[in-house]
Amino acid sequence: MVGSSAGVHERSPVSPTGQGVTTFAATDGTEASEAGAELRTGRGAGLVVYLMFGTLFGIVLMKAQVVSWFRIQEMFRFQSFHMFGVIGTAVVTAAAALQLIRRTGLRAANGQPITIPPKEMGRGTRYWLGGTLFGLGWALVGACPGPLLALLGSGKGVFGVVIVGAVAGTWLYGALRPRLPH
Amino acid sequence: MQPWPWYVAGPLIGLFVPALLLVGNRMFGISGNLRHVCAAALPTRAAFFQYDWRRVGGWNMAFAVGILLGGVLVGLTMPDGAQIALSPAARESIGALGVRDFGGLVPREFFNWSSLLTMRGVVMLVGGGVLVGFGTAYAGGCTSGHAIAGLADFQLPSLVAVIGFFAGGLFATWVLLPLLLRGGL
Repeated sequence: MVGSSAGVHERSPVSPTGQGVTTFAATDGTEASEAGAELRTGRGAGLVVYLMFGTLFGIVLMKAQVVSWFRIQEMFRFQSFHMFGVIGTAVVTAAAALQLIRRTGLRAANGQPITIPPKEMGRGTRYWLGGTLFGLGWALVGACPGPLLALLGSGKGVFGVVIVGAVAGTWLYGALRPRLPH
Repeated sequence: MQPWPWYVAGPLIGLFVPALLLVGNRMFGISGNLRHVCAAALPTRAAFFQYDWRRVGGWNMAFAVGILLGGVLVGLTMPDGAQIALSPAARESIGALGVRDFGGLVPREFFNWSSLLTMRGVVMLVGGGVLVGFGTAYAGGCTSGHAIAGLADFQLPSLVAVIGFFAGGLFATWVLLPLLLRGGL
């Protein structure tokens, strides 16, 4: 598997000039391409811009009530269209926007061409097994990572414990990763 | 409490995908932050965490802090204990699990500090949290990265992951939670 290669790619040097967009050439394995995707650099927007986007996102999550354990239960019991409508129209909107970006050749604000490296399927184990494990947690706590943050912000301090648990889970994955099937 | 309707909230959420690409060529996703926190702050020699988290994840962590702030802002303006306008069917099913208090965004009977002293609370809060962190790291994404951004880009691995999300969620909803909540643990 690509286990050992990932670290190499993650540490691979990237041009500090900001022209390193195309450095995510590594598409020989799942983890490598993922690391490559994360390695894109260049002067992007300042952190404040991302902070503002995050704030807007948090507001939408709260207002749409997708942070609610009740709503997640309602979804997994197929007792309301709300969550399916939210996720479905989010996907359709994003897909249309991506097509538009592709067809018009729009570039990022810093002039980089917009590129989305494909995820490598490999044997696919990580996707169905990791996905199922996440799904179990999603229904138990009734929130995925974004909503966990919004809930903590809204004053529900006990979600700090859930987030610490999630960080621990990711740490555990990192430790076990060489021995897991991907 | 009525939510923003799905046909308003969904498209707004979807627009974050092109917005982040246009602003900085960043791919929408949240769960990567769990990895960045490990790389930044936790002792580890695992190869998975050996990368420049500031450069790779700085933007994403700022985005995450923003989500927290968004929660603060809406939380301040939300009437305490207002009930979510669930469908009658959902209300009945959730009531059958033993939930009595429908006030607030989450059932206060489970999501409070003293709940951590019960087996049920530990499984839901700590166990659920660990599964979220482990599963998203394993699958390489969560609802945002796979279900929204990945599906929108027609990535087959994301579809497999999303099928997994639902398989796990259905099992937890129909089997684990009833055992946990009605089993008197």
